[in-house]
Amino acid sequence: MKKQWNDYLYIISALYLILGFFNIMFAWLGLLCFSIPIIISIVKGNKAYCNKYCGRGQLFQILGTKFKLSRNKDIPKFLRSKWFRYGFLAFFMIMFINMLFNTYLVFSNVKDMKEVVTLLWTFKLPWNWVSTDMFSPWVYQFAFGFYSIMLTSTVLGLITMVLFKPRSWCVYCPMGTMTQGICRIKHRGDEF
Amino acid sequence: MERKFKLCYVSDECVACGTCMKVCPKSAISINNGIKAKVDANKCVGCGKCAKVCPASVMRIGERV
Repeated sequence: MKKQWNDYLYIISALYLILGFFNIMFAWLGLLCFSIPIIISIVKGNKAYCNKYCGRGQLFQILGTKFKLSRNKDIPKFLRSKWFRYGFLAFFMIMFINMLFNTYLVFSNVKDMKEVVTLLWTFKLPWNWVSTDMFSPWVYQFAFGFYSIMLTSTVLGLITMVLFKPRSWCVYCPMGTMTQGICRIKHRGDEF
Repeated sequence: MERKFKLCYVSDECVACGTCMKVCPKSAISINNGIKAKVDANKCVGCGKCAKVCPASVMRIGERV
C-alpha cells in the first residue's frame, strides 16, 4: 500500500519528545494531541485521529515491529477491561487537573515555578538546563507539567510495547478511551 | 462455489484503534462510528494479519458460519 503523508507522523511524535530536552516551550504543542482527537470525535463522531493521525501509535508500531522491541504477547485481560480503561482515564484527568492547578498557583504567585519534569507522577527529574526567562513563569510551569504527562505516557507506552504488543498503549490510552466514549454517546441508539 | 476462507470476528472489547485496518491486505476492515472494527465478510480472506497486530487481542479467526 502506498504511503501517505500521515504515515510519517511518528517523526513529529519523536521530534516532540526530543525537542523538550532543548526547549521546554515545545511541550505546549502537545495540546494538539489532546484537542484534535476530541474535536474530531465530537464533530465527526469517529476515531480518525487514532486510526490515521496518531504519531505515537505509529512510533510504537515501528519500534515494536521494525526494531523488534516487542515480545508480541497478548495484553492481560484486566488491562483491556472497561473498568481499567475508564479508571485510568479518570486517574489521568485528575493528574491533568492537578497540573493545571499547579500552573494556577504559579500564575497567582502562591508558588514558585519549578524546573522539574515529574516522571510516572513520582520521580522528579531536574530540568534546569532549559531557558525559562522569555515568558511568564506560569507558561513554563504548564510546559513542565505537560511535558511530564507526555513523557510519562510515552514511558508507560514503551513498557507495555515491550511486554505485550507494539500498540498496547492504544488499549488504555486516555484519549482513545475518551474519544471512543464520545463516539458511543454520539451514536447511541444507532444500529451497529 | 462455496468460499473456503476463514473469517475474522471482533469482540465487543475492541478499542477502535485502527491497527487492524492498516494491515488488512484486502481493505476489509473499517472502524464503525469510532466504536468497533467492522469486518466486511465478502472481502475478508481470514489471513489473520489483523489478529496478529491487534493490541487488545480481540480479533479471532474462525470458520465461516
